[in-house]
Amino acid sequence: MQNFEYANPASLQQATALLAAKWGETDVLAGGTDLLSLMKEEIHTPKRVVNIKSIPELAGIRKAGAQVHIGALVTMDELAGSGDVPHALAAAAAGVPSPQIRHMGTVGGDLCQRPRCWYFRQGHGLLATKDGKPLIPNGENQYHAIFGGGPAYFVSASSLGPALIALNARIKLVSAKGSRELPVKEFFIQPKDDATREIALRPDEILTEIIVPAATHSSTYEVRQREALDWPLATASVALSMKGNTVAAARIVMGHVAPTPWESAAAAKALVGKPVNEETAQAAGKAAVAGAHPLSHNAYKVQLAKVAVKRALLDAVQARA
Amino acid sequence: MKSKKDPGSSAGPNPGFSRRGFLGVGLGSGAVGVGLLEKPAVAEPAGAEVVGPQAVPVTLNINGKPVNLTLEPRVTLLDAMRNYIGLTGAKKVCDRATCGACTVMLNGKIVYSCTVLAIDAQGKEIQTIEGLAAPGELHPVSAAFWNNDAQQCGYCTPGFVMAATGFLKENPNPTDADVRHGLGGNFCRCGTYMGIRKAVLEAAETLKKGGASNG
Repeated sequence: MQNFEYANPASLQQATALLAAKWGETDVLAGGTDLLSLMKEEIHTPKRVVNIKSIPELAGIRKAGAQVHIGALVTMDELAGSGDVPHALAAAAAGVPSPQIRHMGTVGGDLCQRPRCWYFRQGHGLLATKDGKPLIPNGENQYHAIFGGGPAYFVSASSLGPALIALNARIKLVSAKGSRELPVKEFFIQPKDDATREIALRPDEILTEIIVPAATHSSTYEVRQREALDWPLATASVALSMKGNTVAAARIVMGHVAPTPWESAAAAKALVGKPVNEETAQAAGKAAVAGAHPLSHNAYKVQLAKVAVKRALLDAVQARA
Repeated sequence: MKSKKDPGSSAGPNPGFSRRGFLGVGLGSGAVGVGLLEKPAVAEPAGAEVVGPQAVPVTLNINGKPVNLTLEPRVTLLDAMRNYIGLTGAKKVCDRATCGACTVMLNGKIVYSCTVLAIDAQGKEIQTIEGLAAPGELHPVSAAFWNNDAQQCGYCTPGFVMAATGFLKENPNPTDADVRHGLGGNFCRCGTYMGIRKAVLEAAETLKKGGASNG
């Protein structure tokens, strides 16, 4: 790990004043579960690290009317155990299989973590090219994207992103110049070049909170190779508005299948006006993966994503205590 | 022996340390090699003060005792414990928040000490495997590992014992499935999971009966 100076601001104002306008100069430290590894690999070599854990206003889960405000410092453990957040979100947080990571990792960190793509982590950049040619489409791509069509083939590693998009949540970003809010869907970006970040956060901004509308029928389902300490292979988060027994509106978002969480309007359309049962959930899963373009070693993920959508839908209509 | 002028790089382990020499040494004497500062413990670094990159005073509260060090901000809690304090129970294996061998408790919750900056662990209660039981005694979880042959090479064991202890605090009546899920943050490359699960279930019973040591 390269050396850096360390700042421990006590307020958001102090913290934003310490951030540089250019990527690479400064990094924000919360749980550290990704940042420290990035710094050890020297993928990130910030001159200054700004610890935000001493900023009280970034902590805690707060209900306000039909919405819940989730501070950036809320840990995955707190989120998984909160009775105040929609099921899809709590289930996504609980899915992180290591208790140590759940204790350390934060909501903000989950959304801002860098891709886990092994080409990226080995220093080949976001698009992983060599002499102008992409390494991934015919390389070691068993855990890479089946949607998006390149030139980025990594998958978004965020556990919460798909659930937050399904729930139509918004994200708040604050810099020394002011603040802005945007739908979580617009936070994730498919980079077309190596210089673009995969998230809409600017280098001088801090993600401060997530604002999540209430939802009665939502769920997240993850398909994993191992039950312990590994990333899921494919996930799905769903949120449904029900009219009696039939679906009035649906948002269906897959995770770990594209450089961003991947929403399927076709899957939602396949469900509207119908009840959720084995047959309709399966049809929605089929519709969700209709546009998939797997790479040389990851066609198996198409089936996993289809099953994740089906199981998330069936779980979303289960009665919960 | 370390002086407080030492640059404190994570790349530079303490010269003159015999790893074996520290086995069985409690924290009281483990302060050997630590730059003992005159200043009292700093509970909270001031506002937006920026420190480093050179070594700065860092005070850690480990196993109930304050330890004053001089460290660069980049030194992890794991490296601080192993290379500057002589607490080598927590092991450095993956060093990437993946394997669990470095597990310690921070304010009562298990974390990967390889992925916490030492400077960031100030003001928190750090508990390590060395502080789990009095010298010469076994904590019920350690005793249960012994009784159930829950280790082969033993390198992952301190991390597993800490993870299991943290798990049992939150889940005093676990099922076998709960144990599998609850220890999902630790790896054993020897594959001793069967023994570990049995040990954790036995430790749960011992702790419920009042936690007598030595099995």
